[in-house]
Amino acid sequence: MANSAIASAAHETAELVARSSYGRLLAFLAARTRDVAGAEDALAEAFASALQSWPVDGVPDNPDAWLLTVARRRQTDAIRRRQTRTAGEAHIELMMDELNQAAANADAIADRRLALMFACAHPAIEPGMRAPLILQTILGLTASAIAAAFLIPPATMGQRLVRAKARIKEAGVPFAVPERADLADRLDAVLEAIYAAYAKGWTEIGDSTADRLADEAIWLGRLVVSLLPEEPEAKGMLALMLYTEARRQARRDAEGSYVPLQEQDIARWDLGQIDSAEVLLHAANRGGPTGRYQIEAAIQSAHCARRLGNTSNWPSIVALYDALLHLTQSPVVALNRAAVLAETAGADAALACLDGLAGDRRMADYQPYWAAKGHLAARAGRRADAHAALTLAMGLATDDAVRRYLAQQIRQLQDG
Amino acid sequence: MQFIMLIHHDDAALAKAPPALWGEYAAFNEALAKAGGTPGLRLDHASKGRSVTLRNGTPELLDGPYADTKEQFAGYFMIDLPDIDAAVQWAARCPSAQYGTIEVRPIWPTRGQ
Amino acid sequence: MKFMLLIHGNEQAMMEATKTDAAGMSPEYAAFNQALIKAGAMLAGERLRPTTTAASVRVRNGATEVLDGPYAETREQFGGFYIIEAADFDAAMDWAQQCPAAHFGTIEVRPVVQG
Repeated sequence: MANSAIASAAHETAELVARSSYGRLLAFLAARTRDVAGAEDALAEAFASALQSWPVDGVPDNPDAWLLTVARRRQTDAIRRRQTRTAGEAHIELMMDELNQAAANADAIADRRLALMFACAHPAIEPGMRAPLILQTILGLTASAIAAAFLIPPATMGQRLVRAKARIKEAGVPFAVPERADLADRLDAVLEAIYAAYAKGWTEIGDSTADRLADEAIWLGRLVVSLLPEEPEAKGMLALMLYTEARRQARRDAEGSYVPLQEQDIARWDLGQIDSAEVLLHAANRGGPTGRYQIEAAIQSAHCARRLGNTSNWPSIVALYDALLHLTQSPVVALNRAAVLAETAGADAALACLDGLAGDRRMADYQPYWAAKGHLAARAGRRADAHAALTLAMGLATDDAVRRYLAQQIRQLQDG
Repeated sequence: MQFIMLIHHDDAALAKAPPALWGEYAAFNEALAKAGGTPGLRLDHASKGRSVTLRNGTPELLDGPYADTKEQFAGYFMIDLPDIDAAVQWAARCPSAQYGTIEVRPIWPTRGQ
Repeated sequence: MKFMLLIHGNEQAMMEATKTDAAGMSPEYAAFNQALIKAGAMLAGERLRPTTTAASVRVRNGATEVLDGPYAETREQFGGFYIIEAADFDAAMDWAQQCPAAHFGTIEVRPVVQG
């Protein structure tokens, strides 16, 4: 009994360390060698040894330092095996010195997670793999957990992660925070990856894994804000995630059907999270030029204010969308802009905007496009168009709650 | 790349599915047709199947489907897509994914294609 | 009536057997295809890539799960099919016996729901 209690305590400590220090230890181990996979292996072995020896010897005073010492031994052994003595020895000595120093004093473990994130979101890495890489390296998520969230077969995700890590090593992707001149552009890629992870967690509402993925993305957002406190866009993105997160519970009714923003019960909003978002957005706006995430957060802020204060502020929301569209030229932004334009200029004007997107091949199986088109056509009284578009939107949906909501919209169209 | 989606159904679970399923299927078929997919082909119940194998030239007949699984192969649809990610996305859209399992497999390109 | 002939065979053995054939089709299969076409029975036919390329998708409690591999792990694997037109089940079974894969695998015959 006592043994199992110690074992489970050791297990919990190992997990706690994994959660809070995994990325820090991995970034530290990988920064010099650029060998992410090798550092992961070394760290995995260190965690495995911890689970064996901690229950027997007790949890060390400084678990981070303990893990780093073991991982360092594994890593240098592996490098020794690979490199010739003459070419590698000086390099290894240098690295060992640094690691020894760090292991002796865990507070001295330099936080290189930001550099690791910039490596994962480097232009040499395929855009779709940046978020999975960050989730794996900073948070230690498994390939199969990431695969589940991104709706990709686990083996395929595993292969892609291996290839991406090989690319970091082979292409000589730097582990460094970019110089001031490049920072904004490169940071955008990091933020985009984190936000992509959040968006995955946002759409898959019924999924407990996906719920956690949204939490992980917010955690990463907080990390970037803490490591780059001067960057307004990092704050903007964190604010954007918190605004949307605040409405998570209100997006489903008692039957589990999807509820659009307009009809949500604001009593189910998390006002504390909205307040945090407001503070962040305010700080971001003071910080400098207004970027994409600050504008998107401002749009969410305006939506919240309208519902909470019962005031109509549609023209300012349209104006924010105009600015966002000018900045991004994104068809998704154009689509969202059209949806709010219906509130100020009417459904016909909004539909005319959508016509401009009809030729974009990406829209052909983009579910939100057909959903928006269907709702606007219904409002404009074009029943046949509405029916066709809502049917397509329903056929393209992967979320049962959304399917049910659309089925109900189609029924209303037929009854009304 | 041509993909086939093999629909495996648990008949008991399907029998309990709400009538809304057929509306969902109608919408799915619409979307599939627009994306250039083949209309889904639905098979008669697995118990109506018979299997044959030749051993040294002599046919051996078996009643029922080849594989005795909890869910039975019930039909398929095919669609041309850029990669497996898109195929998994389509499989997740198929209403039967709620009640059974959709297996995604790439097709060998036929000769001359 | 429409029938589906499902070809189940040991895909490992099949891969080995077809390795030498660059065209990807054995003379036996070419002959079988010709016979189906001549009889006006051939509606469709495809060969699937091996089950190692398969992924399976299902939604449970609102969560979409993606798994590696085929739905069912069987001794012989589903590797291809024909959709044929035949007068009745017996005629479809005759075609099944003529399918080259019947010699080394199992052919399952299933009626197609007309609609």
